Amino acid sequence: MADALIKMHHVNKWYGKFHVLRDINLEVAAGERIVICGPSGSGKSTLIRCLNRLEEHQQGDIIIDGVPLTGDIKGVETIRREVGMVFQHFNLFPHLTVLENLTLGPIWVLKTPKAQAEKEAMIYLERVKIPEQANKFPGQLSGGQQQRVAIARSLCMNPKIMLFDEPTSALDPEMVKEVLDVMVGLAEQGGMTMLVVTHEMGFARKVANRVIFMDQGEIIEENDPVSFFDNPQSDRTKLFLSQILH
Amino acid sequence: MSEPTPSPTIRAPVTANPTALVWIKTQLFSTPVNALLTILSVWLLIMAVPALLDWAFLQAKYSAQSGQECREVEGACWAFIAEKHRLILFGTYPYEQQWRPLVSVFLLVALVLLSAWRRLWTIWLLPIWIVGLSAVAFLMWGGVFGLTYVENSLWGGLPLTLILATFGVALAFPLGVILALGRRSDLPAIKTICVVYIELIRGVPLISLLFMSSVMLPLFLPEGVTIDKLLRALIAIVLFAAAYVAETVRGGLQAISKGQYEGADSLGLSYWQKTRLVILPQALKIVIAPLVGIFISMFKDTSLVVIIGIFDLTLAAKAALTDPAWQGFSMEVYVFIAAIYFIFCYSMSKYSQALEKRLAVGQQH
Repeated sequence: MADALIKMHHVNKWYGKFHVLRDINLEVAAGERIVICGPSGSGKSTLIRCLNRLEEHQQGDIIIDGVPLTGDIKGVETIRREVGMVFQHFNLFPHLTVLENLTLGPIWVLKTPKAQAEKEAMIYLERVKIPEQANKFPGQLSGGQQQRVAIARSLCMNPKIMLFDEPTSALDPEMVKEVLDVMVGLAEQGGMTMLVVTHEMGFARKVANRVIFMDQGEIIEENDPVSFFDNPQSDRTKLFLSQILH
Repeated sequence: MSEPTPSPTIRAPVTANPTALVWIKTQLFSTPVNALLTILSVWLLIMAVPALLDWAFLQAKYSAQSGQECREVEGACWAFIAEKHRLILFGTYPYEQQWRPLVSVFLLVALVLLSAWRRLWTIWLLPIWIVGLSAVAFLMWGGVFGLTYVENSLWGGLPLTLILATFGVALAFPLGVILALGRRSDLPAIKTICVVYIELIRGVPLISLLFMSSVMLPLFLPEGVTIDKLLRALIAIVLFAAAYVAETVRGGLQAISKGQYEGADSLGLSYWQKTRLVILPQALKIVIAPLVGIFISMFKDTSLVVIIGIFDLTLAAKAALTDPAWQGFSMEVYVFIAAIYFIFCYSMSKYSQALEKRLAVGQQH
């Protein structure tokens, strides 16, 4: 894959002495949808957080759309413009209304005129099915609604890549589906490169092109979803699947 | 789905309005200690309030030709305040020109009131302040457009106190915020400078800073260069208050979760955009009450400039007492200026409470 959108070569990262990412090699093509799973502490969140430099890797190369991620702050800001991220705890800005949350990035980073930014924001709110909440504050919304706003906020930046860091883990069970539906809709529309850290295996089966299993900072196994679930190769993968699929 | 039918047998407990007697029994005499405290408080009020009313109003003299007339009554001599109010309020400013500091006082108060109005929290505040403060400077100094020049060693009283406080807050607040951000910086040099500055200033009393600015600073300046005494006092007050503002704002910054920084980062906002649009609005909201506390004590601390001979409200009050015809009315004067300080400080305190309430609307986490 010479024209891969994301390239990670021999990436290593330590927290102090703890080796959290071990020799990660990963290439993701444009439009590919990847689900990353693994037990907690396996480094899967750290891996995707390295892709927009919320975490710094210490060894190896990460190249996003031709731009290498280094300490250069301009390069980092360029990449962050193209990479959207959805967090486990939403990280919406509580002092701004939903609409202001959505237009903040476009207005200040992309320099979109306010009226146009608001018009586009409303289109995305329609897509996540909560246009009527535009003028409320995040604190007045349910968890599922907040996460949908967070997805819309990332989409407003028109990113090439969307990272999802356990987007449904902090939600009450009855709200998981509404968020997954939005993500499935995004995937089915096509064109968006998605990296999703999740334990929602139904989602992985439905939309992923590739499933990656990580344990103790290493990529243990990667495969298409059917082979991954029906015919896991490694013992650790089998153990993990038996634990989460009951 | 059918509506759940309310059960006829279970009712919410009835909270009856307690009668006055019951209220007194439960609130004031519930325990022996409580009863004792109640009796003690009532006794104190009976002792103090009538005496105070008697002195301040009933026996008071409101107009008199001289101090002698006043000494014949038991109560307060408000005639003294009436006689000396212009000296107390405006100090040694030329008597015929005292409409100028009076207008300045109104201008300063108007500026503060405008800034308190949330709808004006836009970029427009900046030109408003520049125009307002220029007008105050023009009125106080004069020297152009037919106004006689009044050098600032003659300024005094309330306008001087307000000038020190307003300029003090307007400069100490941004400086303090920058220091707070600097203290949390990743750059070691900036962080060290800010930490050293904050700790150094917080470790010395304001009085020593005022002395240093008035006595020591001129020694370090090259020959012929002088900085105005009032300006030096203002600098000392600003530097002092900024350190406290910085520590308070830092507390607010620490209360903002890492997720807010990451959310802003992930949108590609630059450091200053993130700080201005996401972090500071939330951090400052948390620390409104302690910040206003700092501003209140700063307002009162301006009275310390008397020690370097600046004629503020307190010193003007003292000067009024030196008139041989009106001696012995210090109580009245100090009550009068205390009332002035109280009005300003209490307004600030009330405003901060209202602001906290308004900003909390719709933003529960």
